[in-house]
Amino acid sequence: MTILRVSKLVKRFGGLTAVGGVDFAFPRGKISAVIGPNGAGKTTFFNMITGIYTPDEGVIELDGASIVGVKPHQIVSMGIARTFQNIRLFGSMTVLENVMVGMHIHLKAGIVGTLLSLPAARHEEESVYLEAYRLLEFVGLQELLNEQAANLPYGAQRRLEIARALATKPKVLLLDEPAAGMNPRETAELIGLIRRIQEETGMSVILIEHDMKLVMELSEHILVLDYGTKIAEGGPDHIRSHPKVIEAYLGKSAVEGDNVRLEVVT
Amino acid sequence: MNHLKLWLGRSQPAQALLLTLFVLFTAASVYFSDKSVVAFLLLLGSLLLLYLTTFRTSIKWGIGAVLLVVVIPFATSGGPAHQSYMEVATQCGIYIAMALGLNIVVGFAGLLDLGFVAFFAVGAYTYAIFATPQANEFISGQLFPLPGGAFWIFIVLGGFMAALFGLLLGLPVLRVKGDYLAIVTLGFGEIIRIIFNNLDRPVNITNGAMGLSSIQPPSLFGFSFTFPNQFYFIVILILAIVIFSVKRLEHSRLGRAWKAIRENEIAAQSMGIPLIRTKLTAFAIGASFSGMMGVVFAAKQTFIDPTSFTLLESITILVMVLLGGMGSVPGVILGAALVTILNLQVLTELTNWINQLTLQGIIHIPNSISPSKMQRLIFGAILVLVAIFRPNGLITAKNKKVDAERLKTLSTGRSLSVTSPAKQHSGGVGQ
Repeated sequence: MTILRVSKLVKRFGGLTAVGGVDFAFPRGKISAVIGPNGAGKTTFFNMITGIYTPDEGVIELDGASIVGVKPHQIVSMGIARTFQNIRLFGSMTVLENVMVGMHIHLKAGIVGTLLSLPAARHEEESVYLEAYRLLEFVGLQELLNEQAANLPYGAQRRLEIARALATKPKVLLLDEPAAGMNPRETAELIGLIRRIQEETGMSVILIEHDMKLVMELSEHILVLDYGTKIAEGGPDHIRSHPKVIEAYLGKSAVEGDNVRLEVVT
Repeated sequence: MNHLKLWLGRSQPAQALLLTLFVLFTAASVYFSDKSVVAFLLLLGSLLLLYLTTFRTSIKWGIGAVLLVVVIPFATSGGPAHQSYMEVATQCGIYIAMALGLNIVVGFAGLLDLGFVAFFAVGAYTYAIFATPQANEFISGQLFPLPGGAFWIFIVLGGFMAALFGLLLGLPVLRVKGDYLAIVTLGFGEIIRIIFNNLDRPVNITNGAMGLSSIQPPSLFGFSFTFPNQFYFIVILILAIVIFSVKRLEHSRLGRAWKAIRENEIAAQSMGIPLIRTKLTAFAIGASFSGMMGVVFAAKQTFIDPTSFTLLESITILVMVLLGGMGSVPGVILGAALVTILNLQVLTELTNWINQLTLQGIIHIPNSISPSKMQRLIFGAILVLVAIFRPNGLITAKNKKVDAERLKTLSTGRSLSVTSPAKQHSGGVGQ
């Protein structure tokens, strides 16, 4: 079963083709990964899925419905949430408030309801606090709820971004380099967290990551991009020994050597 | 000193005693002196003292209301300067409401607006045109001026018109960001003023540079409001509504969306917040506060012309917000009060004093550098000093702290719901 399908997806920036005709089907309820060397077009790929860029050609379908041309804030309501490669938290707001912003699309309180403090609006506001708190518990940040987001340590900021994305209650969670800048212990915790998200909620997770240990350990299905085109796809074992992947990462000479496997270099 | 501070911080009876003594003392000095600017300022300062106490919020509001509605009007009524005190207090109220409106745009949503006074002008003209015979120029039937009773409807109408102009301005303008937005809004402010200045031809709507005079004073059940001490109560009432609204909005879905946009537009949009629409609401709500006070201003002055709505006014309101603390409601109130008092009381009194000394031949300060003409210099200096020493303003915006323990207790034993958007949609999250 496919949750998200892209076909013949193309995005050009002037003369540069950042993504050039990629086809892929992301399985429902599984963890998939998009990998590739720097500049391979991974983030452009994510930006098209989340509506920040409009693809020049091709189709993106979420649950069978096209999301090409849909505005970014509407795509969230359709069930795609994301985190960012360079962290984009609401720095001067508290940790709890950051998660509460994530719940925006599920809240109905309008201006009138808020000003008059109508029972429905008040009740909703109460439940927002509680639900946001539970999400913080889920990612293990409940102790820091009143802290300013900008003051959190790096790893915690990454987890907060995940909690905030979860607050939108997505069908598909896109994680753009969630382990970037993390130490091995933080990465290990992150692996546990992502696995828990997938197991406890059945959510489909798609991640971009350079940390091969994390990718190979978590993903069931991997898409490898290089220069904007798909050079391989398949399970971790298949990708690890795929000659084109090794070539893309290590150069042609590496392929000719014996027994080169991708994790050796990571 | 520190001991005293700690002890005061803990002991509410001591705070109450101190506050009472302070209020009694300042109120008495205002009441018994002919005109003492210092005593009056100290009396207003009691509100700041009240803010610093550790009483419960509802008690603070109660005491604040008593101070504003009973103590201050009564204390100032003792001497011949009654109306001039009340005039200052009324102006303070008008500017506080406007600064709170601008604070929504600049402080919460992070959109630098340099033409904010335009909305004030829209509100003022909305009332002025229909509360003078002016409207007869373009509406037949000699129906105008409207009776003073219409004023109350026009408060709402003025707010509504200003909000409408906020939307009209916002639609094209909010596509640009940062410095560009500041310049475009500055242009808009000037355009509105120039339009009001020139809209006497081909159809005379605003009476151009001549302005509109003899604006009907408000009336209620036959009672007519003409003096500052009467307008004071209208302003207090509207101000109460404005503060109340801002407080509610600040910690609501909408308030969080504004702040999220201020912090990071891309992330905000990735959380499902529609950028343009949310920014437009900030513009409209901020503008409506300004428009309401515009109506009051027109009725109070009984005369308005385009010169009341210059760029300097916009800058003044912005200085109030920056001085007080962007995004901080108590800060903005303090900032607005300080700047208004500086303008109306301190600078004027200083000028009078220097003039007297000059007349007596003690010193010679040429008229061209009298303090009341140095407003712009002083604002500039304030901005520089604030930027260096208190970049977050006099009272820094605070985040709402929540009771972690309470949430923890509530949270235990319930399962997390992050799945299945479809079901969550139909079920509603408010359950």
